Amino acid sequence: MSMLRHVAAAIFVPVVATSVIAADADVRAPRLGTPLSPGEVEKWDRTIFADGRGLPPGKGTAKDGRVIYEQKCASCHGLHGEGGTAEELVSEPKPPSADNPSKAIGSYWPFAPTIFDFVRRSMPPAAAESLTADDTYALTAYLLAANGVIGEGDEMNAKTLAAVRMPNRDGFIWIDVKK
Amino acid sequence: MAGKLTEDDLIPVAGGGLLHRRLFLQGGLVLATAQTATSLGAEEAPKPETEDPADPSWIHRTGLPFSGYGTPSKYEKYVVRNTGGNRAPAGDGVSWTPLEDLEGIITPSGLHFERHHDGVPDIDPAVHRLVIHGLVRQPLEFTVANLLRYPMRSRFLFIECGGNSNAGWHEEPIQRPVGNFHGLVSCSEWTGVPLSILLDEAGVDAKASWVIAEGADAGLLNVSLPLAKLMDDAIVALYQNGERVRPENGYPLRLIVPGWEGITNVKWLRRLHVTDAPAMTRNETAKYTELQPSGKARMFTFVMDAKSLITSPSPGQKMHGANIYEIRGLAWSGRGKIAKVEVSADGGKSWGEAHLQEPVMAQCFTRFRSAWAWDGQAAVLKSRATDETGYVQPERDVLVKERGREGYFHYNAIVCWAIDEDGTISHVYA
Ligand code: HEC
Repeated sequence: MSMLRHVAAAIFVPVVATSVIAADADVRAPRLGTPLSPGEVEKWDRTIFADGRGLPPGKGTAKDGRVIYEQKCASCHGLHGEGGTAEELVSEPKPPSADNPSKAIGSYWPFAPTIFDFVRRSMPPAAAESLTADDTYALTAYLLAANGVIGEGDEMNAKTLAAVRMPNRDGFIWIDVKK
Repeated sequence: MAGKLTEDDLIPVAGGGLLHRRLFLQGGLVLATAQTATSLGAEEAPKPETEDPADPSWIHRTGLPFSGYGTPSKYEKYVVRNTGGNRAPAGDGVSWTPLEDLEGIITPSGLHFERHHDGVPDIDPAVHRLVIHGLVRQPLEFTVANLLRYPMRSRFLFIECGGNSNAGWHEEPIQRPVGNFHGLVSCSEWTGVPLSILLDEAGVDAKASWVIAEGADAGLLNVSLPLAKLMDDAIVALYQNGERVRPENGYPLRLIVPGWEGITNVKWLRRLHVTDAPAMTRNETAKYTELQPSGKARMFTFVMDAKSLITSPSPGQKMHGANIYEIRGLAWSGRGKIAKVEVSADGGKSWGEAHLQEPVMAQCFTRFRSAWAWDGQAAVLKSRATDETGYVQPERDVLVKERGREGYFHYNAIVCWAIDEDGTISHVYA
């Protein structure tokens, strides 16, 4: 425990005046966690990182994505991603500015794998976690192409998606934690 | 309603009739308060011709039977969360805590604000698990029943949505009751297992620096959090205000991250992925980041800075004539305790220190009170919080100048209420 605390302390965390729990760190606790095997962990682990770690096998293109989009997404996000009852998904592929403060994918999102991750875990709201990996790659390709970030024919898979450089990649400043 | 006050009792400490906070410690002062429009309606109140207050019917009859779970008086039925969910999926939206109708520092659990992205899951605690994996010696799974056997700690803590008060960025001041403007903040006693105990049991690797927390709602909401903060004071909460956490607040498990924005306090907690980098999820990139005038956006703005506001008098309530009023409000800071709240009754020209009601706790609501002799003339009320780190709540023009108006999140500027001669209260930028 002490080593971990040492490491953890080296990470910058904003000044907070009171820390009540750390004060009784040597509390005695039962050890009731059940060990999980790597196979069991795999069933739970759905994290996809900005660098593409965690992206599953599969592939898709904007052409396939458009069909799924029109069926499953357009009713809320607009036929071309212009927004409807839900937010716009399409903007110009250049960083936001005072004249164009759009926070849609092309102008704002710093990492392409985030699109895959969010669409698979959260969309459509009435059937989250229902899209296959191929469908999700296709939808991601469709959204990236509609935003002018990739070409219409570009195939998205674990490797190509991780390699996409978003226009606003460097548009963020970390505030309460150091890089 | 005013008690017998002599001129000597009314020692002004600032312009506009602001009185000394000492008045609160002396007691015996009877103060008028602005009344909510709703309570003035009082359609449920017994009609004077049918009930004699000196001899009402209920002193003659056996009352209602015992109940398994109590509810508020039917005369208080207007005190409810206002929900704002007019988007297509009904589960995406918010409900606001009616701050103007509440007193003290604890928000009743049923009135705690909500921000759900895809509804409230109906979780069977016997099926729910908390999994810790990633850069750990041994990945572990905990049942809820097992977590109930761990040592617990309680903290009184506010939770505030990062998007609270965002109407403050609008060009024109929004006219709404204070709860419908600033009510994405609530305060509860949270009780549960210090997360450090569970992380220690799994054995966190020295290379680890982040933890990705995931909820069990539809949409599996997830955010990345620095390991150091979680080791320091995070709680896996099982209880809220003494009872098990309500479904809309994360039943059966909620991650409590003291002082940090609401989204980090992951509801329905099911998974903690210990890693060496943030995942860069949608809710920490596309959302909960703040676009600045420079074109760059602030990211990982976890801490909720000090804020205060006057809950009474406030818009939607009405003054009833020149009299002594109690100015009541709430202050809080994600960085620690509230050190001071100042109140102004002349639009910020002069300030008087408000009385801070005990207890004053870190990362918790603090109730403040000031006595005010309103002379019936137009006035502008403001409150300004300072926390124990010395941070002072900024004026709106200062905040807007620094951050622009496109940031959406983390609006904490000084709030101003204008009182008209006819007793109407409105929101102004002053
Ligand atoms: C029933 C309406 C509805 C449907 C259908 C729907 N969405 Fe959404 N979508 C929403 C809502 C509402 C949000 C905002 C959720 C929130 O606030 O967390 C959203 C958010 C998003 C976002 C994040 C936008 C941002 O800027 O943060 C993306 C990307 C997205 N949806 C993609 C899709 C895709 C792809 C589909 C089809 C598979 C889809 N949505 C179907 C309602 C819908």
